[in-house]
Amino acid sequence: MAVTQDKPTKRTKKPEPAMGKDELLDAYRTMLLIRRFEEKAGQLYGMGLIAGFCHLYIGQEAVVVGMKHATSEGDEVITSYRDHGHMLACDMDPKGVMAELTGRSGGYSHGKGGSMHMFSREKNFFGGHGIVGAQVSLGTGLGFSNWYRGNDRVSLTYFGDGAANQGQVYESFNLANLMKLPVIFIIENNRYSMGTSVERATASRDLSLNGSPWGMASLSVDGMDVMAVKAAGEIAVAHCRAGHGPFLLEMKTYRYRGHSMSDPAKYRTREEVQRMRAEHDCLDAAKKMLEDQGVSEADLKKLDDDIKARVQEAADFAQTSPEPDEAEIWTDVLVEGV
Amino acid sequence: MATEILMPALSPTMTEGKLSKWLKKVGDDVKSGDVIAEIETDKATMEVEAVDEGKILSILVEEGTEGVPVNAVIATLGVEGETAKAAPAAAPKVEAPKAEPKAAAPAQAVKAEHHEIAEPSWGETKPTTVREALRAGMSLEMRADPDVFLMGEEVAQYQGAYKISQGMLDEFGPRRVIDTPITEHGFTGMAVGAAMNGLKPIVEFMTFNFAMQAIDQIINSAAKTLYMSGGQMGCPIVFRGPNGAASRVGAQHSQCFASWYAHCPGLKVVAPWSAADAKGLMRAAIRDPNPVIFLENEILYGQTFDCPVSDDFILPIGKAKVERVGSDVTIVAFSIMVDVALKAAEILAGQGISAEVINLRTIRPLDVATIVESVKKTNRVVSVEEGWPFAGIGSEICMTVTEHCFDWLDAPPVRVAGLDVPMPYAANLEKLALPQPNWVVDAVKKII
Repeated sequence: MAVTQDKPTKRTKKPEPAMGKDELLDAYRTMLLIRRFEEKAGQLYGMGLIAGFCHLYIGQEAVVVGMKHATSEGDEVITSYRDHGHMLACDMDPKGVMAELTGRSGGYSHGKGGSMHMFSREKNFFGGHGIVGAQVSLGTGLGFSNWYRGNDRVSLTYFGDGAANQGQVYESFNLANLMKLPVIFIIENNRYSMGTSVERATASRDLSLNGSPWGMASLSVDGMDVMAVKAAGEIAVAHCRAGHGPFLLEMKTYRYRGHSMSDPAKYRTREEVQRMRAEHDCLDAAKKMLEDQGVSEADLKKLDDDIKARVQEAADFAQTSPEPDEAEIWTDVLVEGV
Repeated sequence: MATEILMPALSPTMTEGKLSKWLKKVGDDVKSGDVIAEIETDKATMEVEAVDEGKILSILVEEGTEGVPVNAVIATLGVEGETAKAAPAAAPKVEAPKAEPKAAAPAQAVKAEHHEIAEPSWGETKPTTVREALRAGMSLEMRADPDVFLMGEEVAQYQGAYKISQGMLDEFGPRRVIDTPITEHGFTGMAVGAAMNGLKPIVEFMTFNFAMQAIDQIINSAAKTLYMSGGQMGCPIVFRGPNGAASRVGAQHSQCFASWYAHCPGLKVVAPWSAADAKGLMRAAIRDPNPVIFLENEILYGQTFDCPVSDDFILPIGKAKVERVGSDVTIVAFSIMVDVALKAAEILAGQGISAEVINLRTIRPLDVATIVESVKKTNRVVSVEEGWPFAGIGSEICMTVTEHCFDWLDAPPVRVAGLDVPMPYAANLEKLALPQPNWVVDAVKKII
């Protein structure tokens, strides 16, 4: 779907959701992996094996998985501190992610980063950033590097509804639109910036229009529906690859758990969370579609068991991998030998 | 009585300029506000407007003349029939500006004295301004490596706010010399992201004062990511621009950030003084795979030093230079304070005190060995910086000496620093706030 840049503000027309059975099964598998991984991380946190900040992605799985299905190998991904799901969707090894959560040498950052700071050059995952909104400018820089090199890669830059109020986000919107950089800005609107609802934090009532001063093409998407996410993502990717500049996607989603593990959850009712889980869960919806398409209960059960085993393997690794050698404290401060 | 039209100062640090074009000729009538000439400074070409009314009686500086000192008489204005009495006297001075080009200039612009010894192994040198040296350093690296690019406010079409990047847009094109909006936070983050993806950005801050808007990206993103990623994701980037006081630009535009950045692991911090420092260290900074803070000084931009011409010339980051050899006291300085230290050493020499002057060149990593070796010889140390004293670079120098060669010290280490106040605007107060050679002389004499 062609999107032109010359209209002041446009909401691109809603796409038709489309995923074949095999692809949906694949998406379901990844979403389930994220769900089970995060549940396990929550358990390990409760056992004192994971410390510090730990922000779980449960409820929002359809966003990263749908976007993954819309993109290609080589496209860059960058996000905030709620990053475990993004890494798993980027096909990073759950063992390396979990071992980083426990601060062990087998972690992606050898235990020196933690939950919020993991990276994979190999998988083009650029973190994992703990300063709200900082990754938006960095992700714009990833898009810039694609523009500079003249390749057709796209930068997927994720941030939350809270970060969407940060000044540097709009400096980045300006730069990306000015230079026509291939960046997909993805607002994961889970309705709460920590404990403050979007209504209390944001004067804008429609975040998908936050790029409108620059005429940035945008879509508001049901972020609980993996097929809708993928379809919208494909439009955004095509727009960027065609050299039309950045694209803004607002993913309307919901996190079931607290902002971090230490969240008293006084800012929303239990009923609200229950209603979202019961009526809008991305896994339930995908599972129902798969069943409708003839996938057997037994097959789904086996898939679930496989994932549980994989997550348990990651949890075991994260507990048996040794702590980093004490000499590691002095490494990687600077690139040495120059 | 004829009115003298003087060469105007078009910026706080301008000491001379080129009279590029006359738009009026002798006999023309001039009204207040008329553009009478165009003047090219080291930063920009600007128009000169008449303040008084009358007829141009004489033009004393031909168009195309370079190095015309500020406040030289360039023309006279009067009523018809009047003659320009003052004219002939002023003319010779203007025609021969090279003979004593800085004589009429403010004190801070006095040409650097030639204590600096050209890098011995780099062969031929030629007089080069710091501005030219910075540009040469960047251009050489950009020719050699297509991943290196320059971005910042006014670096391209405007040719640089301080003309550091003059001509670079023409040579390298708009993809590699990029004008940004005035949004330091956003474009710094963008550059850091590009560096994480393997490019090698040079980010020009119009001054380092504005980099405070972007300091989160410099520290939290550029400096820490290598560590947080277990060595996977480095950030090969240079942040450069003028640092410290310029001249009469007030508190928000006159601050030394050396100790701010030097505090942070994950960064290298470089502060060149001479043209050779500027060229050699710029090349090293661009080639360095780590984030490098490159602190320049606006007042030094126009100063001339002998600089190696070799295209291979490069200086190592982390090595200081002994600019003047002495035996009684070690004076440690960086950036423009090297000049203050050398002037103090000259005064002290006249009083029979032999001072060794160390130009740090790099603040982080600090060349402890060179400082300690010198102090073990002189047994006394004075640090000089223009930044604030509290938790400053001087504190670090003094503590380093205390830790490494306390037993060699014959007196406590002393620091000379800018006054602990925001920079005042008034000329007399500003001068009081910044270290002068006599401050250094006094400090030395306190411990000898």
